[in-house]
Amino acid sequence: MANMATILQQARRSLAIARKDIRIYYAKGPVIIFGVLLPTFLFLAFIMGRHFSADFAIPGLLGMSLFFAATAISPVVVPWEGQARTLERLVSCPVMIETIILGDILASFAFGLGISLVPIILGFSLGITISSPFILAVAIILAALCFAALGNIFSIPPTNLPANIMMIASVVKFPVVFISGIFISLDQLSTWGQAVAYISPLTYFTDIARYSIQGQAHLPIGIDFLALVGFTVLFLVVAMRMHQNTMPKRI
Amino acid sequence: MPGVESNNNLAIEVNDLTKRYGQLIAVDHISFAVKKGELFGFLGPNGAGKTTTVRILTGVIRADGGRASISGHAVGSLKAKQMAGVVPEMANAYVDLSGWDNLMIMAELYGISTSMARERSSNLLQDLGLLPRKDSLVKTYSKGMKQRLILCMALLSDPEVLFLDEPTSGLDVQSARLIKDLLRRLNKAGSTIFLTTHYMDEANELCDKVAIINKGKIVAIDAPEKLRLATSAMHSVEISFADTTNPEDLAKLPGVNTVNKVGDKYRLYTADPGDLVVSLVNYSRSVGLKIVSLNILAPSLEDAFVALTGKEEKGG
Repeated sequence: MANMATILQQARRSLAIARKDIRIYYAKGPVIIFGVLLPTFLFLAFIMGRHFSADFAIPGLLGMSLFFAATAISPVVVPWEGQARTLERLVSCPVMIETIILGDILASFAFGLGISLVPIILGFSLGITISSPFILAVAIILAALCFAALGNIFSIPPTNLPANIMMIASVVKFPVVFISGIFISLDQLSTWGQAVAYISPLTYFTDIARYSIQGQAHLPIGIDFLALVGFTVLFLVVAMRMHQNTMPKRI
Repeated sequence: MPGVESNNNLAIEVNDLTKRYGQLIAVDHISFAVKKGELFGFLGPNGAGKTTTVRILTGVIRADGGRASISGHAVGSLKAKQMAGVVPEMANAYVDLSGWDNLMIMAELYGISTSMARERSSNLLQDLGLLPRKDSLVKTYSKGMKQRLILCMALLSDPEVLFLDEPTSGLDVQSARLIKDLLRRLNKAGSTIFLTTHYMDEANELCDKVAIINKGKIVAIDAPEKLRLATSAMHSVEISFADTTNPEDLAKLPGVNTVNKVGDKYRLYTADPGDLVVSLVNYSRSVGLKIVSLNILAPSLEDAFVALTGKEEKGG
């Protein structure tokens, strides 16, 4: 069991890894495409020609932007580093594998937070008001961490081809967007539709966003937060445990 | 197999280390020790298990069996990693960052203060001729420059033990020389260096002791000079004549083990080169051949390496 000094030391090194990721990977093509352009155009494709109110559209756009942005970097950093042979250098440094994974997740988390400001600013320009800003802020922070950890799970298979990981990520990410109450509110879904929606962490964030902006939610907010915390812990533990086994196979 | 010492004077201790990849035993129950301040060469043909051993010792992969430690700390532990500097086989700095930024990242990962990192980085870059290019992106560096930067990154933490996996492989003469000169200086200053290489000349001129690994097993550990001289049957005489001759006639001369044609010369292997020279002179007179050149060659480390790994090959 690591002592407190070691935990703090490793936390500092995770931040160093996150800063490195931010400098290197934010400007990479797949990150811009999957993290910014794709959710924007996907949302526009669904919203154009339909009569959605800004109050309904903005929480959905916020959820989708945050989800795509926070899962844009964390899946591809490890395979990119494996391919570029920087991973061996990193693993030989005095850092734990958990430290490396946490650093990659933090970089994705920060990207998600930054991108989430875009739909909020857009919402303000369309005249929406946020009735529960503190709740929304906490939910954005929690969801960004949750989605970044989920994104990291996509990179567990020990392949060093980022395209393979992007494919795995896309197979999960697109269905998640459609089942999470982004385009159709949970109240309008059938019972089985709602049952499927409950397995998606994005559902709970979108529900909190609707509560914060529209003033009403499908589930009690406490349940939404509990579910988000549960998914976050689960994704962090799975990411860190599984990479312990697969990371040496990449080198 | 030499016994493994166990005292505070050891920088690296390896006992019964084993690594399997499916059916293949990449590292097969190897044991050795490296004393503090020693420059230890780890030689072997491609696929012998050199890189796998280095990766286990540097904590990059886990062994399936056995134990190994760096200055008493189990390999793979944070303390063992903190004490080691690593130059992996392939140059692998972050090419989208500058050389300087790569060094600053390393400093953060090793917990080195900013002021110390700046001072050490400047000195190392100066020593290895990279200071003028410190702010250029690594993607613009040549292979030799990248490898020198990797060495700077490995030395930034002032490690007790430096691991280098084929550090001069494929490099230009200037870069290879800079790296070898630095290794000599570091070793003279007391650093322990673990060097894997397939360049026998490099091992011969740099290392205090070498281990030869073949098919995952260590086949010899000794000083290069002792290994070289132990291969007594590998003495040779190299001769060239003004005209062609039949190599079978040369093979029939007394004391000749093998005859190889090397360019326009013949190399005759023998345990007694002095007597062979006399025989060759008599032979050339008897058939009327003029000798153009004649040299007695001591066995090289390469000869010892080939003899040892070849013997394993036949035995295996």
